[in-house]
Amino acid sequence: MKALSPLDCALLNQVQKGFPLEERPFAVIAQHLGMSENAVLERLQQLDAEGVISRFGAVFEPNTVGASTLAALAVPPEHIRETAELVNAVPGVNHNYLREHEFNLWFVITGRNREELTGSLADIERKTGYPMLDLPMEQAYHIDLGFPL
Amino acid sequence: MTDPLLLLGVQRALQEGLPIVQRPYLALADQLGASEQQVIDAIARLQDSGNIKRFGMVLKHRELGYRANAMVVWDVPNDRVDRVGNELGEEPCVTLSYRRPRRPPYWNYNLFCMIHGTSREEVTAQLEDIVSRRGLDYPHQVLFSSKCFKQRGAVYV
Repeated sequence: MKALSPLDCALLNQVQKGFPLEERPFAVIAQHLGMSENAVLERLQQLDAEGVISRFGAVFEPNTVGASTLAALAVPPEHIRETAELVNAVPGVNHNYLREHEFNLWFVITGRNREELTGSLADIERKTGYPMLDLPMEQAYHIDLGFPL
Repeated sequence: MTDPLLLLGVQRALQEGLPIVQRPYLALADQLGASEQQVIDAIARLQDSGNIKRFGMVLKHRELGYRANAMVVWDVPNDRVDRVGNELGEEPCVTLSYRRPRRPPYWNYNLFCMIHGTSREEVTAQLEDIVSRRGLDYPHQVLFSSKCFKQRGAVYV
């Protein structure tokens, strides 16, 4: 776990949503925090290098761009590592977690469209041979709006 | 560069991540053969159309000490799932609340929410508080994650 100063928290709270659409957005953020543009850039680059920042980009409304689903496999515990590696190697897999349940390997997988996604899932099912759940989102009630620090 | 192609290029870049530099939109514009203003306008349009839910930095919660990550799955009657899903979404510790299909007989849960906390005890207490305060008397299970094999932004296009 990284030790964050109160200024780090203020900075990370500022940059998680509504990022300024200005030519020099970090200067706008710096002004809010009473910092210099350079100090903001340097600290964020450092936090990025330390792995605190996953990416500087956007969270999209699900299923407006391409297709995605949450899938789960029931994997015998002794085969979890090799199966996780196999799943990770499939294009479009972006989250992959071990969870405490009979269905224990949970991953989010995306494709350009549902056909491509179905193909990737069939591929995983064939390669692993384990029972799989395919649970596409039907309705979003709340989507990650950033992380208050 | 035509308009749809520019939007597609911007969308892709926002899934993979922009560089953390003084003029990030210019960096992307150079890469796409567009102007800085065109890139800024394209992002604004994706926001206005509702395609973008959030624009900014995506953090890795595990690196920030939020090591307990629970997926709570609920079996809620179909006529009540929208109401319960919205209620869960109002809770500050809930980061996601989605309806998904049941897959009987293996899987009877139709509502998923995610709770992040610094410890299992904290997450369990938060969940118990939500259940009792809102009277959510529905079968549910807590699936803590014990290991993260991969976390990155979704890339669709």
